[in-house]
Amino acid sequence: MAAPLLETRDLSMHFGGVQAVRNVNFALAEGELRCLIGPNGAGKSTFFKMLTGQLVPSRGQVLFRGTDISHAHAHQIARLGIGIKTQVPNVFDGLSVRENIWLAASRIHSGERANSVVDEMLERVGLTGAAGRLVGQLAHGQRQWVELGIVLSTDPRLILLDEPAAGMTHEEVHKTAELVREINRSKALIVVEHDMQFIRMIANKVTVFNQGAVLVEDAVENILRNPLVRDIYLGKQAAA
Amino acid sequence: MMLTVQALRTGYGRIPILNGISFAVNQGEFIGILGHNGMGKTTLLKALMGFLPATGGLVRFDGDDVTAAEPYRRARLGMGYVPQGREIFPGLSVYDNLRMGCSKQAGAERDTIAAVLEEFPRLEPLLDRPGGALSGGEQQLLAMARCLCGKPRLILLDEPTEGIQPSIIDEIVVILQRLRDNSGLTMILVEQNLDFIAALSQRILIIQKGTITREVQPHQLADASLVGEFIGITT
Amino acid sequence: MNARARNLLGLALVGLVGAGFLILTPRFAELDTVLDLTVYMIMAILALSLALVWGYGGILCFGQSAFFGLGAYTYAIAMFNFGESTIPLLLAIALPAAFAALLGYFMFYGRISDVYLGVITLTVTLILFNSVNSTAGPEFHIGVARLGGFNGIPGIPPLNIPGNKAAVIDLEGMFYLSTAALLVTYFGLRLLLASRFGRIIVGIRENERRAELLGYDPRAYKLATFTIGGALAGFAGCLFANWGNFVSPTIFGLAQSAQIIIWVIVGGRGTLIGPIVGCIGVQWLSAALGANQPSGSDWWTRVLANAPLILGIILIAFVLLVPRGLVPTLGDLGHWLLRARARRVATGLRPKQAEEG
Repeated sequence: MAAPLLETRDLSMHFGGVQAVRNVNFALAEGELRCLIGPNGAGKSTFFKMLTGQLVPSRGQVLFRGTDISHAHAHQIARLGIGIKTQVPNVFDGLSVRENIWLAASRIHSGERANSVVDEMLERVGLTGAAGRLVGQLAHGQRQWVELGIVLSTDPRLILLDEPAAGMTHEEVHKTAELVREINRSKALIVVEHDMQFIRMIANKVTVFNQGAVLVEDAVENILRNPLVRDIYLGKQAAA
Repeated sequence: MMLTVQALRTGYGRIPILNGISFAVNQGEFIGILGHNGMGKTTLLKALMGFLPATGGLVRFDGDDVTAAEPYRRARLGMGYVPQGREIFPGLSVYDNLRMGCSKQAGAERDTIAAVLEEFPRLEPLLDRPGGALSGGEQQLLAMARCLCGKPRLILLDEPTEGIQPSIIDEIVVILQRLRDNSGLTMILVEQNLDFIAALSQRILIIQKGTITREVQPHQLADASLVGEFIGITT
Repeated sequence: MNARARNLLGLALVGLVGAGFLILTPRFAELDTVLDLTVYMIMAILALSLALVWGYGGILCFGQSAFFGLGAYTYAIAMFNFGESTIPLLLAIALPAAFAALLGYFMFYGRISDVYLGVITLTVTLILFNSVNSTAGPEFHIGVARLGGFNGIPGIPPLNIPGNKAAVIDLEGMFYLSTAALLVTYFGLRLLLASRFGRIIVGIRENERRAELLGYDPRAYKLATFTIGGALAGFAGCLFANWGNFVSPTIFGLAQSAQIIIWVIVGGRGTLIGPIVGCIGVQWLSAALGANQPSGSDWWTRVLANAPLILGIILIAFVLLVPRGLVPTLGDLGHWLLRARARRVATGLRPKQAEEG
């Protein structure tokens, strides 16, 4: 059995008396696409923050390709090959769309190559027409696309997507799902989402978080039928 | 006629976003607004609330011309706004957030809040918690409750289901349906979630490139692939 | 005309105006005017150092005068000890740069940011002021140079051509040197800001978290920016010591540090030309107000005679009415005028077509 790409052991986070994440043991294989669902406040974004070095875990370990990255700096982890699209879009609002993507691409490419990578990425995320506009003036859904473009431009091994479909129209959700499946052909992904239609379009294995811990981990069909998951999270949306 | 909008135009600096929006909403009506990103949905709500100045056209709320009115004036007249991203006060407790929403009757706060909490029982045990410690779903409920504390007659809701877990979305649908049926509240709802918008709206306006291009009925949203045709080709 | 062409045109214009100014001024202006203009050039270099650090780097440094003063004092002390100016000049750049690197290391790697940076940097320059101010006695000296305390260091020998102690720079020479230095600094910074490094520090200013998540170490980039700014300010300090042949602790003081910030705010924070214009404009205005002291004792005359008061009112007016600064606002006005002209041209066409239809 091959070693996992990403592994957490007893990972925990607490701040100010609140235990946000507790004893999470999680493993992701190379090239796997995992969906992470759970109620608001269950600790999913906090979990992501520990994986990317934005938060130092209170306890436990994060291992990426066998290396302990629990205490590494965010920029070091990014260089090791983990990219993240955050829940609240983290983009360069005062700069143009093109400059946003250039800043990402130029971390691994230089000169003219960087410029052509930028053009390709603009095409891929459908923003060629808006390339010169300031990102802060774009609609919310378009800013999500900019951030996706930024993350893809650094060519990471593992991509974390925190609510990638938020604020998108039905068609854009389809497009995003297609993009995610396409990315999955060469990279591993962990996707947090509440849009169950989107989850159904991409998911294989799903991990359910509740109150900071892993509640259940199973194939998507079973998760959707699981009465406990329906209770704490899905509501009436379980209809397949 | 609760709200009349005629040829409304606005934008950001040199970039026009709304190019002549016209529509009307009756009292007690719930209408939905659907459209691609960048077409002007959030801009429309901001302009209706006065956060963006109108560069042309007219907005009439219950007979009053509010086209040039400041947001606080529109709020006093009875317009309420729940923005995208909630924007609750993270440093204030849930109770204080609700108090901030009681802009009408100073003094009758306790009663107003008690009445609102009956619609939002999930917030009852959280009254002392700081707003920032609430989960996204709870914050959305708080934002809506806070808006209702101001006793508005018209509510503008911008993407209330974004980032909210499905079971709380169900709760929100039930709450809003109850408010529609019992209190004659008028609502304009911007949403991407088709099930949500169909469950609540009596009619849905499609916005494309800054104008209203058509009106559809909720049952027409049932087939998601057809909706794509209504909204137009993705840019 | 696309953005790139406009950019090159702008640069060419600055080069032309600068070269013209450099060559023509000593021919047509009185010597004391040339003397005044020289210090404006030197201060403009100081303004550019803060423009880089704050305007582009987003580092709120309220103590840029610390590096300015260190440059001036280092030159003076080294000059008295060495007698030949090559090493003192180099030290006047290296020492402030090293100090900036050390201070910057503690601040940026200690994750200090925003307001706290401003407070710490301001405190540092005030500490320098107080320390140097109290070194008046003869026991305070470095080599043969007495620090002088509140008396300052008079009679600082001027720069000489490297290797030739006797070929000393004169007043006109100082003007040429300072103006050339300003032009080289301006174009050098433009190059730096157009480079990968320059674009990254702007990205870090815009969203440090995102820059980090892309793999850039913001601490290292900010340290580099801060150090370059310190070196530039030190260089300006050295030129300043040459201009007046005198330096005193007030160079570290609150008034000087505030001035630099005012120049950048008035001129326009996100540009390079802005702070140059702001610096020269404010200094010229102060001098003009100070020179034309109206006499008389009625309150109106006394108000007009109070130069700091007038300057304060101007600063408040700018912050309220022209918050982005002079140069960006003039740029917007220019754009608006161009577009208004284009609109008039466009509407001019339509009535004709209607008539034909």
